[in-house]
Amino acid sequence: MSNSTAASKKSVLYDWLTTVDHKKIGIMYFFGGLFFFTIAGIEAMLMRIQLMFPEMGFVGEQTFNELLTMHGTTMLFLAAMPLFFAFMNFVVPLQIGARDVAFPFINSLGLWLFIFGGIILNISWMTGGGPDAGWTAYTPLSTTSGGHGVDYYVMGLQVAGAGTLMSAINFLVTIVNMRAPGMSMMRMPLFTWTTFVTSMLILFAFPALTIGLLLIMLDRIFGGAFFDVALGGNVVIYQHLFWIFGHPEVYILILPAFGIFSEVIPTFAKKRLFGYTAMVFATMIIGFLGFMVWAHHMFTVGMGPVANAIFAVATMAIAVPTGIKIFNWLLTLWGGRIKFTTANLFALAFIPSFVLGGVTGVQLAMSAADYQFHDTYFVVAHFHYVIIGGSVLGIFSATFYWWPKMFGYRLSETLGKWFFWLFLIGFHLTFFVQHFLGLMGMPRRVGSYLDGQGLNEMNFISSMGAFLMGFAFILLVINVLVSRKNTDNVQDPWDGRTLEWATTSPVQEYNFAQTPLVRDLDAFWYEKMEGDGRMKAAEPLDDIHMPNGSILPIFISLGFSILAFGVIYSQWWLMIVGGVFMFSMMFIRSIKEDHGYHIPVSEIKKEKGEG
Amino acid sequence: MANEAIQPNVLPQNPEKATLEGRNKYLGFWFFLGGETVLFASLFGTYLGLRNSYDGGPGPQDLFHLDLVFIMTMLLLTSSLTSVFAVINMKKGNFKKMLTWMWGTVILGLGFLGFEIYEFVVYYDQGLGYTVSAFASSFYTLVGTHGAHVTFGIAWIITLLIRYRKTGLTLANAPKFNTAVLYWHFIDVVWVFIFTVVYLLGVGG
Amino acid sequence: MSHVDPSAPLEGKPTKESERNLKRESRTQLVSFIFMIFITSTAFLTVASDIVPTGFAIPFILLLASIQVIMQLYVFMHMNHGSRWINVMMWAGLFVAAMTVAALMILIGVTKY
Repeated sequence: MSNSTAASKKSVLYDWLTTVDHKKIGIMYFFGGLFFFTIAGIEAMLMRIQLMFPEMGFVGEQTFNELLTMHGTTMLFLAAMPLFFAFMNFVVPLQIGARDVAFPFINSLGLWLFIFGGIILNISWMTGGGPDAGWTAYTPLSTTSGGHGVDYYVMGLQVAGAGTLMSAINFLVTIVNMRAPGMSMMRMPLFTWTTFVTSMLILFAFPALTIGLLLIMLDRIFGGAFFDVALGGNVVIYQHLFWIFGHPEVYILILPAFGIFSEVIPTFAKKRLFGYTAMVFATMIIGFLGFMVWAHHMFTVGMGPVANAIFAVATMAIAVPTGIKIFNWLLTLWGGRIKFTTANLFALAFIPSFVLGGVTGVQLAMSAADYQFHDTYFVVAHFHYVIIGGSVLGIFSATFYWWPKMFGYRLSETLGKWFFWLFLIGFHLTFFVQHFLGLMGMPRRVGSYLDGQGLNEMNFISSMGAFLMGFAFILLVINVLVSRKNTDNVQDPWDGRTLEWATTSPVQEYNFAQTPLVRDLDAFWYEKMEGDGRMKAAEPLDDIHMPNGSILPIFISLGFSILAFGVIYSQWWLMIVGGVFMFSMMFIRSIKEDHGYHIPVSEIKKEKGEG
Repeated sequence: MANEAIQPNVLPQNPEKATLEGRNKYLGFWFFLGGETVLFASLFGTYLGLRNSYDGGPGPQDLFHLDLVFIMTMLLLTSSLTSVFAVINMKKGNFKKMLTWMWGTVILGLGFLGFEIYEFVVYYDQGLGYTVSAFASSFYTLVGTHGAHVTFGIAWIITLLIRYRKTGLTLANAPKFNTAVLYWHFIDVVWVFIFTVVYLLGVGG
Repeated sequence: MSHVDPSAPLEGKPTKESERNLKRESRTQLVSFIFMIFITSTAFLTVASDIVPTGFAIPFILLLASIQVIMQLYVFMHMNHGSRWINVMMWAGLFVAAMTVAALMILIGVTKY
């Protein structure tokens, strides 16, 4: 077997394209997610310009439909989830004291499938218009939509979704099998726990989406009759499949944020997380209930009063575990020595913002009242309050919190606080008024509104808020560029509690020279208080086994993408070319045994400064 | 890491779970099967929702022949047993016998696949085209997805059998064979529901 | 230090005890297989013969299918021999699967509940 460490001699670009290192994959997820976040943000800006004044002619109705579809799809699948995956990839193995993830190759494949899926979706803009059936792609609207937009939606999400499922299995196995000695399940940091539950949700939710998309594809391209009522089809089936996936999906988006806040708040309050066990179980209960409530998106479909009532009650029950979490965060802050860093400001702003979204959620859960709220701006306001007020604030909090560990420099706090306040004000300005627009009857997903209906002022305010958010985001980009000299105090800048702060910055490719021994919850903090401030080693210094990089993940993703284009344009030869290419790459992966290489002790000692 | 219990070249009790890589593969594949359960459930649900929508085309009672389905079921069930014997021989360190049993699984699987293709051809001739009715689409999609899994499983096992025909049992290939066998059992599990829900309920329900 | 080579052929015999266990296991598997053949045939006969009333036949063959699946999972696939998380994930998957099938059967707007 090969014992070479020749990997370091390759070019930088080739190294990043072939890497199986979870930290580099995390960083690529981060920039991929940020790129799509920017695109989806621009799409939102264009919509808000169109809605700034009544009967604006800025973009046409068709373009508006495409914008709203792509904004939602991109934000959820290509921005928010990859950004969370970025932190999960980077942080979770460090937090559990692992050298690597369970499936480095699969992890890299997940990343490239996401990137190729995102590219496929966005190519639709250049080939005659994006998908226009909403991010939910309800049938029969999606099965009868003209052009190839919806085909791009279906295949792009199929490619990206496959990657997501692989990443989820990777996280699950990593967390179950690769924890450091002493790190029992109930000593895991909360972010690792929420990653675990999130991955479970992905594992059981994404297959339903796969089938939903498959059925649309079969109907549109291969003449299936699933949603063709004339041939006995039933369009409600799609709504069920979509929301069996879709409702867990929104918990997939919020649970990692809950985990992030559960790391940030104790760190900056200098207190152990209040009610750790309750937090873990609340996470699990939220995950469980996430699968029990999907039909509350379909109250107006006509399932019947008993079905509506059951799902209404189940939905309201989710407020209980969420409330447990909110009170635990408040009690963690209670009596703490709170530091108002940017990361913590985002966490503190999250609590009231998210509660607002939660309250409107319970309102929407009342099925009778939902007949009024359904498909109005009230719903738009609600889910932006939970997704921006929860997920996006979480992503920004994590960005400021983990940036020193990921990139080796600290982001400027001054610019960061400007960014925080402008973003927060812009966010509330945009979406608070939308509650009232919705109650006044303004329907969502409509590209214009008439003058003289009392909607003008609030729409104008909403657009102004959106611009403020956009401006704030530019401050973040500037911050990333100008703060690069802050390279001092990056190893443990916040006096952290969990294991990732016990590593060097930047982190060695093997994470820990010796696997750490975990003696309590908040392992690093315990050593700071009870030990000598360094992690005890659980094993003697020895050669470290590392996996080799591989270019195959890109080739497999490329093959899948070619196959996807074959389907989009109904070209059998292209499907066969793509399929054969994809399967031959998988075949090579299967028959080629690659056992990685070992880093010798001498080199590890040299890097530790002992050699 | 975590390999300390292994002595070089000595047969461990469970060769498929002796290394961390093997344990990861084992666990990860089970989790994947958990997800596959939902995948097939979505197809089953769609079929059950649409199974009475023949819309003038042929329905289950015109088409299904239980004798054919019974033979297919027996083939797949027996192939499950041969793969079980393959794993037992792997644990005995009897690599040659393991390969033989696995070839048995492949042959039985191919037999199943042949019958399935024959079945589809017959249905098509009886007027059940894919685009004829919602029942037709959902039937072909459910049973076809299962058939695609069978095809993939056969290709996977043949790949392993040819790749490792001469290497003997190793710590690297034991988990691979074991995972392929798990996959094969899962295909059988899905078929149990297909013959019950699609064929038996189609004829008798 | 020498590293374990994963592509080196494994030699030697299993211990006497595991040899015995494996022999016992083969027998268990064979008996289970015969039992599965039996219940499969029963299910087919229940439907094929006209004697059994439909109201009884449907729940009965569904029960037989469930028994066979449980046997596959626990006897053939050894679901109990790995991590307890395997059980968690499979049963969670089966739970979501049951909800999905139930919803698509009864909540698609054909009959209102």
